[in-house]
Amino acid sequence: MTSKQIERRFDAFKTFMAIAIALGIAFIVISFVSESPVEAIATFITGPLQRKSRIGNILEMMTPIMFTGTAICIMYQANQFNMIGEGAFLIAANLTTWFAVTHETWSGLPLQIACLRVGIVTGVVAAFIPAILKVKFKANEVVSSIMMNYILLNVSNYILYYKMRDTVSGQQASYKIPERAKFAKIWTGTRVHTGIFIALAVAVLMYFFIYRTKWGYAIRMVGANANFAKYSGISIVSVAMATQLIGGAIAGLGGSVEMLGMYDRFIWYGTQPGYGFDGIMVGVLAKNNPILVPLAAFFLAYMRIGADVMNRMSDVPIEFVDVVQGLIIMFVAAEMFLSKYKHKLIVNNAKKQLEAKEAAE
Amino acid sequence: MGEGLFSQIFDLLFTTSFAASILRVTTPILFAALGGLIARRCGIMNLALEGMMLTSALTGVVVSAFVRKAVLGDLMPADAAYEAVSGRAVAAGAAAGFLAGVLCSVLMGLFLAYMAVQLKANIYLSGLAINTISTGGTVFALYLAAGEKGMSSSLNSCTMPVIDIPIIKDIPIIGEVISGHNIMVYFALLCVPLVYYIVMRTSTGLRIRAVGENPNAAESVGVNVKKVQFQAMALSGLFCGFGGVSLSMGYVSFFSRGMTAGKGFIGMSAMNLGNATPIGTTIAAFLFGMFDAMANILQSLSVPSQFIASIPYVATLIGLIVFAIQTDRKTKRLKEKHSK
Amino acid sequence: MPEEILLMDKITKVYPNGFVANKDVTLSINKGEIHALVGENGAGKSTLMKVLFGIEQPEEGKIYIKGKEVKINNPLEAIANGVGMVHQHFMLVPSLTVAENVVLGMEPKKNGLFDFEEAVRITEEAVNKYNLKVSARAKVEDLPVGFKQKVEIIKALVRGAEILILDEPTAVLTPQETAELFVELKHLRDQGHTIVFISHKLNEIKELCDRLTVLRLGKSVGKAIVADVTEQEISKMMVGRDVVLKVEKTKAEPKETVLKVRDLRIASDTGRTIVDNISFSVRKGEILGVAGVEGNGQSQISEAITGLLGFQNGSITVNGVDVKGKSIRRIREMGVSHVSEDRMTYGVAATSGVKDNVISDRYYKKEFNKGLLMDKKKIEDLSDRLIKEFLIKCDDRDRAVKMLSGGNMQKVVVAREFSNNPKLVIANQPTRGIDVGATEFIRKRLVELRDEGTAVLLISADLNEVLELSDSLIVMNEGHIAAYIPDASSISDMELGEYMLGVKKQTPEEIARVAYD
Repeated sequence: MTSKQIERRFDAFKTFMAIAIALGIAFIVISFVSESPVEAIATFITGPLQRKSRIGNILEMMTPIMFTGTAICIMYQANQFNMIGEGAFLIAANLTTWFAVTHETWSGLPLQIACLRVGIVTGVVAAFIPAILKVKFKANEVVSSIMMNYILLNVSNYILYYKMRDTVSGQQASYKIPERAKFAKIWTGTRVHTGIFIALAVAVLMYFFIYRTKWGYAIRMVGANANFAKYSGISIVSVAMATQLIGGAIAGLGGSVEMLGMYDRFIWYGTQPGYGFDGIMVGVLAKNNPILVPLAAFFLAYMRIGADVMNRMSDVPIEFVDVVQGLIIMFVAAEMFLSKYKHKLIVNNAKKQLEAKEAAE
Repeated sequence: MGEGLFSQIFDLLFTTSFAASILRVTTPILFAALGGLIARRCGIMNLALEGMMLTSALTGVVVSAFVRKAVLGDLMPADAAYEAVSGRAVAAGAAAGFLAGVLCSVLMGLFLAYMAVQLKANIYLSGLAINTISTGGTVFALYLAAGEKGMSSSLNSCTMPVIDIPIIKDIPIIGEVISGHNIMVYFALLCVPLVYYIVMRTSTGLRIRAVGENPNAAESVGVNVKKVQFQAMALSGLFCGFGGVSLSMGYVSFFSRGMTAGKGFIGMSAMNLGNATPIGTTIAAFLFGMFDAMANILQSLSVPSQFIASIPYVATLIGLIVFAIQTDRKTKRLKEKHSK
Repeated sequence: MPEEILLMDKITKVYPNGFVANKDVTLSINKGEIHALVGENGAGKSTLMKVLFGIEQPEEGKIYIKGKEVKINNPLEAIANGVGMVHQHFMLVPSLTVAENVVLGMEPKKNGLFDFEEAVRITEEAVNKYNLKVSARAKVEDLPVGFKQKVEIIKALVRGAEILILDEPTAVLTPQETAELFVELKHLRDQGHTIVFISHKLNEIKELCDRLTVLRLGKSVGKAIVADVTEQEISKMMVGRDVVLKVEKTKAEPKETVLKVRDLRIASDTGRTIVDNISFSVRKGEILGVAGVEGNGQSQISEAITGLLGFQNGSITVNGVDVKGKSIRRIREMGVSHVSEDRMTYGVAATSGVKDNVISDRYYKKEFNKGLLMDKKKIEDLSDRLIKEFLIKCDDRDRAVKMLSGGNMQKVVVAREFSNNPKLVIANQPTRGIDVGATEFIRKRLVELRDEGTAVLLISADLNEVLELSDSLIVMNEGHIAAYIPDASSISDMELGEYMLGVKKQTPEEIARVAYD
């Protein structure tokens, strides 16, 4: 085995163990709080596959988090821990809606394209602030992007409340998004829409971007060793800016797609929908590799739908998924988790190679 | 609007109740900032301040309600003995809730230290993961404890006592501003010199600073770096715990989901702005507390509430920028001075 | 019969990346001796000492101190067993005072608080007892290197160290400071302390040490009484052959000036002047050596030329083009190559493969891209060619650089920096900490580059290296040029040492000769 193979095999094993441990803890908690823990857990595991509509739900749910997950991958590849995904997604969804409801007269495709453009531009603008603060003022992007998320939430609330609230709807909701702006449903009986293809395409494109283009190379080198990149002549400032703006653009696009694919009205008032933080989970699970994002997003969506079904069928609140999610992130991100096992793997392998060499001599 | 609005704003700002509310609002921010300070001094950026506060806020409420109920037993308000026992029950509940809330936060600090120090997890990710766990976990636990997911209003939890400072309370204006606060407010102010002494004057503080600046050096002289980091994170958790308890057992007697509402992050920014010095951090915390208080008070005016709610976050961003510019200028000045 | 104070028996240490650093190493030290632990870089000396000091845990083997088996799980236990260590990179907290550094980990207390005055007293007591002059109240960041080392020794002694490990202590010292250190160490030995002296400077070992143990490729291959062996014999044990470090080269034929540095002044972030008003030139086809103890401004000069560091006054031109305000990429495109002294920080991206490391300066160029994508074939060809040409030992081109030995890692750096038709090569400590084979290889390549008409600025703290390779030489001392020697072969080490230490200085007129047009 080459060292690279060991590394890969170990990574997969570690991710699996992290998930197993997190779920194990969750199941233990469930067995304490639930009247019928076995059924609850069974529902959680098999529930999502039992109906076509639920499989549809998984695909619906994984669409937005593929966007935020890919966004995270791009930014983390360059070690830019910008958390703007959440805010960019929300404000892009908001402005997309505003644009759509104020341009009702436009015909279908131009309107859709314009809406997606609004989303992308919004995302870029949202990400620009923490990015420029980082490169210009060395402000920690984690802190400033989280602050930005709160600000953007307020901006979104403001626009919804003062600019596009449909007072007839009886709740905090916007006017209806014109039908012709919406994406086509692709699977009858579900709400799965064409946006999922955009999400997949973005993930694949970004995979090529990161691993096969000169820009991706620069990004990876900045992530691997920023000093080395700088010394080699790569502009760290440009890479830091570019990755954060691209991340913002993808998250923003995700907000638009989600709006046009799934909703009649913009209804997120006062709370963040949480896709940004789901994106972090997806990025971490995918090891920042965009090509693994669909898989990681599927897993997270599956878990979510499972918890949702369990929530409805039994007495376990859905929020336990957040706990599982947090634990998985931590264990996957923990370098030394299972390191003893890894060390053993490597030592054994080194011994074997040594023996093979000696035998050959 | 125009003149009328401004005079309204000034009327509101130059009142004793506003001045008093600054103290009140700053309290949890200050606690969080002090918690962040100790972590940062030993080289750890603690992003979990928010989650740690949130969890201890809930724990405090649940435990205090539970203990209060246990002490009261089957007594009903109509019972003759109720009056006598009730005071004791509230005191016991408050004390138990306080201790449990703080303990919970300390444990979370230790858990985060375990993940970051022992298992070498990325500190940002594990901090945020703690926040995710807390956000969901508190709602989960609240549902189990109170049967609802929004607020703990069905739990009869207790609050910490309000303190009237003798003499000062009778001075006009000053008395109104300074006296009559919840005990946590005064405690927060006491914690500032306390943190100063811990960090600058004790051997633990010396070690924390050494570990934060050069962990290899500390390790080479037998300082157990991991232990120091665990200690610092436990202390960080301790102050966050005070902050959490002050939220749910200070001026209100309930827990509501997400009730920290970014206070942990504002505290962390205050710490950043104060460059992790006790004095600077405290001043920054009060500044942010003032903005937060303004947001609360101006909400009653005809300004869109969303803008006012954004003030603390915008202020934090501006604070980050101002701080960065200052550092930059200082460096440049030094360089210019010597290149003459 | 001397008393054996320490025995490390059959120590085996395997690092997580599979590297076997020590294999069945045995080390026996007697009480009251200065024992040299010698070996090439990467022979396993530092690892063995880390095991002794509890920083690393061995896979196999036992440690006996005064005949008793001990388990040393961390530095604290090492200290408790009377083992102290002075690390190669100082283990000091810069913003704390000397006294605070000395007592860190065993702080005196009064009323539960840290007792600073007592810390000062403890420090001063040691200062007087061992004759190690340093001020207890000074801040460590304000001290020169030699004093920092004294602080390190005091730290160990105050903790009751009977066995003192010094890991290449003279690497950062001037000859004078080294002489001072040796007096202090002999004084310590006479007071009954035992010293393990790690070095690969054979003359120092001859001068200072009583016995020696030789490590080679992670194994202990011999021990001897120093007085009984010659330097040649020790060297043979270390490398298994005679060290050939002579580099064949013809006389330089310098042509037009490539690099012109004029009135350069550089200040640190804290405002300290690091490079003070210096001027020099380097011509096509010559190697200009920059000698000097490390930390006298040499690194800042190299970083200023290559665009990594800004400078306040003066000008730097390469082939007549001013580099000020130009991006690093632009400067590189002018034909400037840079071998940084700090391999791990600047030289490589350790977690990336060899292939990714050799293209970092040219990946964006047309020849390596096909449309939007990078040209995989061309990049692979280039890396395979460089691996072959520069004799980089690696399993394949995707092998992570961190898995390579120091010498091979440095070959990755020079493969990149030497292969892009450079007009000017800035080589800063190009062979530091690497094995003899790689050292020889890199030195030869530098001379070849010169012969091909490249201007070379060679910065090195290794006297042997600057004297062997340079055509002419400048000596740096405290940010100034102390001397210019037009013919490097005409100066003796002794004279060079005096310039380096600021004992001697040329007249401004003599120094100005290096600033030709």
